[in-house]
Amino acid sequence: MIEIEGITKRYGESTVVDDVSMVIEPRSITVIVGTSGSGKTTLLRMINRLVEPTSGAIRLDGADNRSLPGYELRRSIGYVIQGHGLFPHRTVAENIATVPLLLGWDDERIRARVEELMSLFQLDPGEFSGRYPHELSGGQQQRVGVARALAAGPNVLLMDEPFGALDPIIRNKAQEDLLAIQKRLGTTIVLVTHDMEEAVHMGDRIAVMDGGRLLQYDTPDRILAHPASTFVDTLVGASEKPFRLLSLGRVGDAVEEGPAEGEPIAADASQRDALAELLWSGRPALPVRNANGRLIGKVTVDGLVRRAACPA
Amino acid sequence: MGTRFDKLGAVIAAIAAYACLFAPFATFRANRIVPGEARSMLESLPPAAGWALMAIVTAAALVALLRTPLMLRLGASLAALVALAVLIGVAGSFLTPQDNTYARVSPAHGFWLLVFAFTLLLADVLTRLALSPWARMLTLAGAAACLGLLLASGSWDSLSILREYAGRADSFRAEGGKHLTLALGSLAAAAIVGLPLGILCHRVDALRAGVLNVLNVIQTIPSIALFGLLIAPLGWIAAHVPGAAALGIRGIGTAPAFLALFLYSLLPVVANTVVGLAGVPRAANDAARGMGMTGRQRLLRVELPLALPVILTGIRIVLVQNIGLATIAALIGGGGFGVFVFQGIGQMAMDLVLLGALPTVALAFAAAIVLDAVVELTSIRKSEVPS
Ligand SMILES: Nc1ncnc2c1ncn2[C@@H]1O[C@H](COP(=O)(O)OP(=O)(O)OP(=O)(O)O)[C@@H](O)[C@H]1O
Ligand SMILES: [Mg+2]
Repeated sequence: MIEIEGITKRYGESTVVDDVSMVIEPRSITVIVGTSGSGKTTLLRMINRLVEPTSGAIRLDGADNRSLPGYELRRSIGYVIQGHGLFPHRTVAENIATVPLLLGWDDERIRARVEELMSLFQLDPGEFSGRYPHELSGGQQQRVGVARALAAGPNVLLMDEPFGALDPIIRNKAQEDLLAIQKRLGTTIVLVTHDMEEAVHMGDRIAVMDGGRLLQYDTPDRILAHPASTFVDTLVGASEKPFRLLSLGRVGDAVEEGPAEGEPIAADASQRDALAELLWSGRPALPVRNANGRLIGKVTVDGLVRRAACPA
Repeated sequence: MGTRFDKLGAVIAAIAAYACLFAPFATFRANRIVPGEARSMLESLPPAAGWALMAIVTAAALVALLRTPLMLRLGASLAALVALAVLIGVAGSFLTPQDNTYARVSPAHGFWLLVFAFTLLLADVLTRLALSPWARMLTLAGAAACLGLLLASGSWDSLSILREYAGRADSFRAEGGKHLTLALGSLAAAAIVGLPLGILCHRVDALRAGVLNVLNVIQTIPSIALFGLLIAPLGWIAAHVPGAAALGIRGIGTAPAFLALFLYSLLPVVANTVVGLAGVPRAANDAARGMGMTGRQRLLRVELPLALPVILTGIRIVLVQNIGLATIAALIGGGGFGVFVFQGIGQMAMDLVLLGALPTVALAFAAAIVLDAVVELTSIRKSEVPS
């Protein structure tokens, strides 16, 4: 659990983060969104004390984050920086081994851990351990950056626009992979982005920032349904709201009884994808099959349209 | 038509033609200070050797002139250089009358032009071959070994430079040692002081401009003036600080020379350290802090390794500069190869000047090649810096 309490950061006259308080639940993904310069990076960096706050306090699992020297604190928190920041003079394996090495793990344990992480991120150790960062594609560099941050098994992972530099297809894949890995490891993730789509897709909770202030901190559906201010409303994008709302739900939750014609859709696909498929194929309903391939009912245009309406 | 000729080759062939036909190959003097008499290539050598050299040089010049394969050009330049090196020795013994120890035979400008022309060809070939750093160092070692072999074989012993050497073998070795001590010692001192100073300048903005300005000013003082400027304060220290004189600190001699070279060396070391550290990608630095490195770990594991190629470039500048500048140290009694240069100038004996100058040039050249190779070896990995 991360408790942020009245945290403020000033540079000279300007207040970059202004009296922000929020509680981040363990094992959840919290996404901080906001326009450029709204103080997202600064807020994130105060958690691992790369930036020292002007006032306020941050507690990690109850302990003030100032109770350790900064560098020791940072070894226990994963950090993925804007633009991955791999060390250009170190190989992939050496990059990933950075924190375990600082923690004084023995060679055998480090080697095993590096291999484990490389496999987890679909980087063949035989092929990639000896490569230098400039010999990797952008997507591979990004994965190495995340693997490096997770190397010492931190409970908390801070990520600053981790997918910013990726093309849409690779970004989607990277997001899915991260969700799967988060589920598996149970890491608490705080992720900064200025992409609302990403925020709605990834976040258990979303924190919206503007001008250093925390405007709203809530679950994605409540942010969509009840924006706290016109700014949040514009950030969400009025014309996108129904589709974002649908993207939060699974087809399995919208199943109605009865048969339907055509190729079935998977129950764990998003309702938004189902609506897109219905509209595109011009049909009123699609059959739904569950993970075992059994047909469990149908999903209809009418049903989805009802779900896309503001949940008052 | 024009495409069949090599541009650089045309220059080389022109130089070679002039050197063969119109310039003297060797100079003969009855003793070391009378004016010399010029001897052409054919006059300097036994007829067979003379014509053979003429043929080799002509053939090599033709290879250079026409567009020929790289390996042929390499062979031609090497053959010409080896022939010149061996036959100048033959000319020495051919022109010197039997049992005459006063006569002096030295290479004349025709010989030097030929050496220059074919070295140019060789350098061009080596550049085009784009040798790896290790291959370049091996080539250098090979060239040094050949030179050593020629010297040891005694085939050059009748040449004037080696006659001058023969009488001074001991002092040559001693001054050579002093020369290297001056050049390398002042470099080591500059690295020991300059590296931390550079790191400090990088971290403390307020210090940077001031330190670099002072070092810049020192760099602009002419070397002879700087030697002179140091005589008074060092003399004073020697006279007034107990124990200083015992340490070898005096107004003239090695101390001021060492100090001057050290001062000249500081700017390149400090400036390149500052530039190198400033060039470390921000993201790498940020990641290092974010991963939990302490300031020291970040410096040693991230900043210095990434700045190393730039810092080494500074060291290379200093080393080559110091090997050259150390020659001037002889003026204030600091020793080194400069001793022969200035003695030679005083006695109007050019061979003695060359005895000091040639090893200096060779050392600087070798140092440049070795350090260039090292710089390249250390920078291979970061051919591209991630954003
Ligand atoms: N070290 C600093 N000194 C002075 N001002 C700073 C410093 N760091 C950040 N700022 C200012 O604080 C504000 C917020 O910066 P921050 O990096 O937190 O924004 P951000 O929300 O992450 O923006 P982006 O989406 O562009 O990354 C900016 O106006 C920036 O200029
Ligand atoms: Mg930012």
